[in-house]
Amino acid sequence: MTHPKGTLRRNTTAARINHWITGGCFVLLVLSGLAMFHPMLFWLSELFGGGQWTRAIHPWIGIVLLVSYAGMIVQFWRDNHWSRQDAAWMRAIGSVLGNDERAIPEVDRFNAGQKFVFWAMALLVPALFLTGIVIWDAYFSPYTTIEQQRLAALIHSLLAVTAIVVWIVHVYAALWVRGSVRAMTQGYVTPGWAWRHHRAWLRRLAASGSEGPRPRVSTGRQRQ
Amino acid sequence: MPDLQSQDYIRRSASTLTPPSIRNHEQEVAKLIDVSRCIGCKACQSACMEWNDLRSEVGRFQGSYDNPMDLDPSTWTLMRFTEWENEQGNLEWLIRKDGCMHCEDPGCLKACPAPGAIVQYANGIVDFISANCIGCGYCIKGCPFDIPRINPVDRKSYKCTLCSDRVTAGLEPACVKACPTGAIMFGTKTDMTRWAGERIADLNSRGFQNAGLYDPPGVGGTHVMYVLHHADRPSLYAGLPDAPRISPLVGAWKGLFKPLALAGIAAAALAGFFHWVVVGRNEVQPEDDAEAQRLMRDSGEPK
Repeated sequence: MTHPKGTLRRNTTAARINHWITGGCFVLLVLSGLAMFHPMLFWLSELFGGGQWTRAIHPWIGIVLLVSYAGMIVQFWRDNHWSRQDAAWMRAIGSVLGNDERAIPEVDRFNAGQKFVFWAMALLVPALFLTGIVIWDAYFSPYTTIEQQRLAALIHSLLAVTAIVVWIVHVYAALWVRGSVRAMTQGYVTPGWAWRHHRAWLRRLAASGSEGPRPRVSTGRQRQ
Repeated sequence: MPDLQSQDYIRRSASTLTPPSIRNHEQEVAKLIDVSRCIGCKACQSACMEWNDLRSEVGRFQGSYDNPMDLDPSTWTLMRFTEWENEQGNLEWLIRKDGCMHCEDPGCLKACPAPGAIVQYANGIVDFISANCIGCGYCIKGCPFDIPRINPVDRKSYKCTLCSDRVTAGLEPACVKACPTGAIMFGTKTDMTRWAGERIADLNSRGFQNAGLYDPPGVGGTHVMYVLHHADRPSLYAGLPDAPRISPLVGAWKGLFKPLALAGIAAAALAGFFHWVVVGRNEVQPEDDAEAQRLMRDSGEPK
């Protein structure tokens, strides 16, 4: 993986491909799901070739997303452990939203907001999958009662709307914090970006002489 | 069913605008099924198959008079037989013609996400417009009577149309036409209710103290009604719901939650947009670059 000299690798190629498969599936699920959720958005079904196609394809995209998000969990869970600094970051949320970086505790690879998005989706995606299976009428309707299907449909829509709101937070944060989108498209960030937003991560990289995304594992010859 | 350009819709699924409804000067109709006069001959089932060109797959004998054993995409009406031992220890053979009840407040229509796939005409008939059906199965979840069935071949949902094509042409439904005992009657809902009253009075005089009309108010009444000898216990008749209503789960899913959800999504997007307008982007400053360079220089250049 190449990146400009003097920059830091923020996300590996595998992680970025994984992320965009997940993101693409999510967008398609939002569009097809909303088409079947509210009459005023039924026109979105035309993007998928009509209502029958939308109904048929939505669950399959969901399966791809489930597998893809499992990959995201494997790649990112180690950097998403909740810590005491995250609680301090949350208390400083006013400064975060006001772009006042001086009043915010130093952040490692991911801040509390990013961890929230990660764990929220880690719960929502499997829950959406399980409730989705129950209302996947074509293959699974014989295995549950109609009352269970009613409950699953209600929960599925509640979870989906929650996931959409989390996703809006995620997308807006990426646009708002300049340099974040490139971190997930081309994979690199500038040291200044890391200093401003993920100073603890930068310190760990610098201390181990790593270009990212993770500090070099100490082997005793890192300063040779 | 072809859409007959009815212009007499009073309800249309997944529609936020008023459907074409100018030709609404018609009386509400009803089919009255007098269970006490039914002999279980299944002529109504045959007539339904005949008129609607339906042929279900031939099944296997299951030790019951029910044939087939359940409604299916090609079986829109079905005689259900119940052997019930009453309080006197006598056997009563309760025979109920099952099928769509054509609710005044149809749960299938409420749950349907496809615009115009389910409609209700001014005469009260609830009809599936199959060209618009997307095969999701939401109508099954909406129905309090477990009536619609999806055909796995074409992924369309089917049920009794109350012979809307015949009724439009001034004919009674095929099952009514075929019934040899007059157990199935058809007319305006007012007339059928009045006729049911006479039948109930007759049954009362014969010792059926609890005889009554099944026109459940929980779904706003139905356009298929039963005269039951045991109207105090409808569930005796092969599980006819005692107090049917649209499930509160469906009500929540298809009611207030829909607009609230869209408002919530829109609010989240607008909050982002106005944060951008008011606070603006979070940009890396020159001093951030300088501090980072100093840190990395002090730690040794990354290779």
